Amino acid sequence: MAPDASNLDAGLGPLPPSPNGVREYDLTIAETTLRLDGRNARATTINGTLPGPILRFREGEQAVIRVHNTLSEDTSIHWHGIILPPEMDGVPGLSFPGIRPGETFEYRFSVNQAGTYWYHSHSGLQEQLGHYGALIIEPAERSGPACDREHVLVLSDWTFENPYRVLSQLKKQPDAYNYQRRTVADFFRDVARDGLGATVGDRWMWAGMRMNPTDIADVTGATYCYLLNGQVAEAPWVAQFAPGERVLLRIINAAAGSYFDVRVPGLPMTVVQVSGQPVEPIETDEFRIAIAETYDVIVQVPDGRAYAVYAEAMDRSGFTAATLAPQPGMVANLPPRRKRPLLTMADMGMDHSAMGGEGMDHSSMGHETPPSAPSGRVPSTAATDEHAGHDMGAMDLASSRRAPGSLPTETAHGPDTHGVGNAMVPVSTKSRLAEPGVGLGEDGRRVLLYSQLRSVAPYPEFRAPTREIEVHLTGNMERFTWAIDGVPYDRAAPIDLTFGERVRLTMVNDTMMNHPMHLHGMWMELENGQGDRSPRIHTINVKPAERVSLLVTADAPGRWAFHCHVLYHMEVGMFREVRVSAPTGHEGHHDAA
Amino acid sequence: MPRERGVKRAVIALHLAIALCGAGRAASAQVRDSVPHAGTHGMGWGRETFVLTEVLEYDPSGGERPMLFDVLAWTGGASRRLWFKADGSAATVERATHGEYQLLYGRMLSPWWDLQLGARADLRTAPGANATRAGAVVGLQGLAPGWFELEPSLFVTSGGNLSFDLTASYDLFLTQRVVLQPRLESTVALKDDEAFGIGRGLSSTSFALRTRFEIRREFAPYVGVVWERGYGRSAELARLAGESAGNSLLVAGLRLWR
Repeated sequence: MAPDASNLDAGLGPLPPSPNGVREYDLTIAETTLRLDGRNARATTINGTLPGPILRFREGEQAVIRVHNTLSEDTSIHWHGIILPPEMDGVPGLSFPGIRPGETFEYRFSVNQAGTYWYHSHSGLQEQLGHYGALIIEPAERSGPACDREHVLVLSDWTFENPYRVLSQLKKQPDAYNYQRRTVADFFRDVARDGLGATVGDRWMWAGMRMNPTDIADVTGATYCYLLNGQVAEAPWVAQFAPGERVLLRIINAAAGSYFDVRVPGLPMTVVQVSGQPVEPIETDEFRIAIAETYDVIVQVPDGRAYAVYAEAMDRSGFTAATLAPQPGMVANLPPRRKRPLLTMADMGMDHSAMGGEGMDHSSMGHETPPSAPSGRVPSTAATDEHAGHDMGAMDLASSRRAPGSLPTETAHGPDTHGVGNAMVPVSTKSRLAEPGVGLGEDGRRVLLYSQLRSVAPYPEFRAPTREIEVHLTGNMERFTWAIDGVPYDRAAPIDLTFGERVRLTMVNDTMMNHPMHLHGMWMELENGQGDRSPRIHTINVKPAERVSLLVTADAPGRWAFHCHVLYHMEVGMFREVRVSAPTGHEGHHDAA
Repeated sequence: MPRERGVKRAVIALHLAIALCGAGRAASAQVRDSVPHAGTHGMGWGRETFVLTEVLEYDPSGGERPMLFDVLAWTGGASRRLWFKADGSAATVERATHGEYQLLYGRMLSPWWDLQLGARADLRTAPGANATRAGAVVGLQGLAPGWFELEPSLFVTSGGNLSFDLTASYDLFLTQRVVLQPRLESTVALKDDEAFGIGRGLSSTSFALRTRFEIRREFAPYVGVVWERGYGRSAELARLAGESAGNSLLVAGLRLWR
């Protein structure tokens, strides 16, 4: 990316045709010193830039990508959201051994889809150091909503600390980067507003559970600077437009540890693509982009003023921005920053209507809702309550007969509390796809909801699943342990799928953090109440105490990764292998396991 | 200079703590080794080594025991750790030192609690009256509801004395960087141990209020007040030794971790 802010980026030009339908790229992974936020940064770059080059293909082409490793350690590239053979997926230990120092690996796969995707290292913590870029695939034939210009916006986070030190700090003091804790001053302010009893009750509820309502992000603006196309908001990347144009913004969250809330102050956005897949256009003012998600939005710029694309970190500890401008040298007004939000009892699975907890007002996010002597059970800890939710322990039998594409019903947590180290199990979990998420939806802006997403057409073979796989996202912030079903990757057995079977993958978040879960190799159809128009996605954000279900057709034999895309959660074990059996020629038989 | 010698002793004790920690790291083979490498992701938690100097302080008013230290270290994984603890004081006036050193194996009991088992040695030096005692210790360490850090432990000496120690502390965030920490330490003994000035029953308490400024999370200078008091037979022993049974200290120190 050209760091010169006086240069306007004109956007993506027409894609030249490829000879014989084969498009080749050479990517060199190297340690490079760059200027970032006015300082020298030692980054791991692809072809010398951060982010790496925009790789463009046309649907139907053959991709040939040679990756040269000049690092002194192994590397890899994973093509995020691309359906391809398992040996080309780029996950060391699952797809291939990785790319050794000094070696070149040639990726070859056919590109059978279109949309906005990205690529990144799947080795160690290299992704935090700049090892990522955009992957844009034109449809075979021009389709979708018309636009006059296209820009690619890669959001990310950068720290001048060694990422291994960041992880080490988190293991030693999990709130080391949280400078937005509730203080004594907050206590007195709340006493003045809510009264002493309510404030003490609220503090005790959180402290009694040893949970922190300001724990929105592990790594924050205390060490991160937030980037948009490798630039900070103070010296932003500038995208050109001509007044009156419809501009397509292809937005990618390539951050290692940051969610962003994105808006273009003063202009509505029309969301047309999610996870690279077209959705029925939805007009909105703001959307949350979880780590590893991609969203395409169209903005129509009516005049010749400069506009900001403003991306605020979910915990409000920082932001980044780009400028949309018709001419060089223009500066967009940035909106004021918002106060950090607080988690609510809903994030502990405590306000769910059917399960008790009456008379609690949770409408006021960021308002530090005092508890009113919960009549429902308090979320139990694994240590103190072996029988959490035992009375409702039997799985909701109806859920397996649920219509495909419908929302999961509220379900009490079963008796399994996921081992001695797991900090919490919610009383009950339910769909939260129609909720904007922590810190959003309180200021009158329209916020995109997962429940609104509707595929432009039904996907082929949209059918009911033959079995359900339920996984629980677990963890303990105080020890910085993150796992699935309480078991980290190094001690876990793979999730086995039979080739051809259709499963309902239900994820239950038993933690108080958001987790962006990504499945490699196969699409997930998000059951968001839209029936056969359920959108197809590669990454799903699972909110605290949420139950979300996705339909997966096991059509890709091989070994695939399934993991949380918070880099540090993945690194400590929030990861699974998903193993799809080889075709037997007898795919009609599905083991109900 | 006796004062310098006392300072030197405290520094040596600190170095010893760190060195033992390093040795512990090498010896601890219980945790699956997953040294960071750029290979496979998500191998697990790996091994970490943490050293916290919760208390490293000096009483500039120059009372009997101007240097106080309390160091805690662990090495290991998320659920099994080798712990080292050093808690004590170094006087300058009478060249007297007192230190309690523990080497413990800890296992996760619950999300917030570790059970610890190991050995403890107490060393006391004073002019013409050096003393040592050692024994086994079993303790808990963790976070109680309300964010209270608690550290109760039982100590059985080879001489058959039994004592119960409790340390409790709480971090109160005055601002995002200024933290007020009340901290209570107390000892209850089954029998007298005159060499250590310990009388049976509630032997001693120490209550401190320290206010630290976290320049960085891991580097925080502080000022504080410490009230120490002996009771009953312990107070008597202190008076016999020509010391006062109670002390208040105005201290300045550093809280460090890495």
